[in-house]
Amino acid sequence: MTPVLIVFAYLALVVYIGVFAFRHRPGGEGAEDYFLAGRSIGPFVFLMSLFGANMTAFAILGSSGHAFHNGVVTFGMMASSSALVIPLTLFLIGTRLWALGKKHGFITPVQLFRDRWECGHIGTAIFAVQAALLVPYIVIGVMGGGTTLQAISGGRVPYWLGGAVVALVVMSYVFFGGMRGTAWVNAFQTTLFLAFGAAAVAVIAAGMGGFRSAAESLLASPATAPLFTRERVSPLYFFSYSFIPLSSIAFPHIAIFCLTARRMAQFKKTVVLYPLCILALWLPCVFLGVMANRAADMPELRAKQEARRTLAAQGAALDEAAREDLRQQMRADDVLVLLLNRYAPLWLAGLLGAGIVAAVMASDSQILALSTMFTEDVFAHYGGKARFGEAVQVQMGRLFVVLLTVLAYVVALRAPASIFELAVQYAFSGFAALSPLLVAALFWRRSTKWGALAVAAWTAAAVVAVAAFQYAVPAPLAGRPTVIWSAGGWDVLARTPGGTSLLGFSPVVPMVAGSAILMVLASLATRPPGEGTLRRYFAHR
Amino acid sequence: MSGARRFTLALAVLVLYALHQDVWLWRAARPLLLGFLPVGLVYHAAYCVAASLLMAALVRFAWPHGLEAEVDRDAPR
Repeated sequence: MTPVLIVFAYLALVVYIGVFAFRHRPGGEGAEDYFLAGRSIGPFVFLMSLFGANMTAFAILGSSGHAFHNGVVTFGMMASSSALVIPLTLFLIGTRLWALGKKHGFITPVQLFRDRWECGHIGTAIFAVQAALLVPYIVIGVMGGGTTLQAISGGRVPYWLGGAVVALVVMSYVFFGGMRGTAWVNAFQTTLFLAFGAAAVAVIAAGMGGFRSAAESLLASPATAPLFTRERVSPLYFFSYSFIPLSSIAFPHIAIFCLTARRMAQFKKTVVLYPLCILALWLPCVFLGVMANRAADMPELRAKQEARRTLAAQGAALDEAAREDLRQQMRADDVLVLLLNRYAPLWLAGLLGAGIVAAVMASDSQILALSTMFTEDVFAHYGGKARFGEAVQVQMGRLFVVLLTVLAYVVALRAPASIFELAVQYAFSGFAALSPLLVAALFWRRSTKWGALAVAAWTAAAVVAVAAFQYAVPAPLAGRPTVIWSAGGWDVLARTPGGTSLLGFSPVVPMVAGSAILMVLASLATRPPGEGTLRRYFAHR
Repeated sequence: MSGARRFTLALAVLVLYALHQDVWLWRAARPLLLGFLPVGLVYHAAYCVAASLLMAALVRFAWPHGLEAEVDRDAPR
């Protein structure tokens, strides 16, 4: 019970930081103060909080769980591509967002789009798509909370209670602390879970008697040797994943967070150190996920491996319900916690467990972002702020935080997919497909509101289509995908064990390409914004 | 920023992006760094370091000073 008590003590500390330590605001509480911390975040908190906002339960639990079944390919697919693409987008887009926010007083990306493209309802349509895509991402946090607390407590804290505790803690400090409380909590948590990686590796390595013999054993077995290579993933599918990090800057919580920096110079250290932070967090998580295959003395891990073997060997002869049962047994989001429970002393397992919970709770930024968007892009835009005043607007934001957290919790109790699948297939791909909106708004004079609407509509349609397709066509067993449509010797559309394949690519590639093409075609076919607007955005060119 | 420097930096970004697709290490597990880290994983860890160095070069040579000055001049106090 010691680790659980340490985690609960940690949660209490987080609530203290978020709710009380940063509640005092000289000069009163306006919308900009609550939602953007008065654009006053300093360099250390900016880096740590921005990184923490990007690294959720998915980064720690999802990555080690994915690596447990798929091997080291997980690092190349999601971590190293992010190490280049995310800081690059912060450098090119984040700095410009910050400058425009400072200059024109924007609080959300939709405010920028409305002003840049001289539109109203189209901005609302973009808000709706962003909001619909953000909710699954928020659900990840709650699911991660439930999984982690259940695993740390050895099942004494059930999944539903763990998720409820994490949801309640996050809701509390977002509700009271707004962006300032959220940013400081995120910075504290990021520091903790960066330290967690190194400590976890050292402790588990010692517990396993070193990694050398474990690595040689894994390589000696035909069943586990491929975990050390990428032979089970095609180069095209691997390449597709380099499009996923485009989602980062398009996620509203990241775009909004770019507006909180006190000065633009704060982006400098952030973009340089960001790849190293990714390395420090992901390398231990992925490697330990792979090494978990060697922890043969742990019945929970053996059961997952056994389910994997049974599915591969006998899956074709089983009905869909039996296969789904095996997939549930294979769920590996808890492998890291299980390793810690097995190899770390109790007090350290508690501290490290708190580090994992820290990462899991990064959904706070998304909850605050959605609340910010609702109050700014809908409530204020349609006259609520003018009619009821700024104080009511902030209270409306808080109410929205509560409703959203409750909704996320209810969905998390019923969601069937693993953390990794849920995140990548819907939220990440969808936001990557929205990234051409920012590029066009900031860099292309000729872009229009109709181009923006086309991108939003295409993204929504594509996400729904992928979800419907995967619902209608059951996932095949590992190996050959189920080809639905082939032409000229090419597998055009196929259902793979992990999702969908279009011409060998993950859906994110055609989704981003489709968005870019539609933005260009629809913009060229319609009238651009007025010269006055363009001069405000492109005066220096 | 001069055209040549802009071109060099853009090229460096494209080259690093292309280097992410290390097909030549696709099926290689060995050599194992420190006796347990497979070469493909080490390559992508080094890739993260290279990305950090490239970002440092972008910050040093391509920082949008004009944008910063414009904001300092125009932003509401």
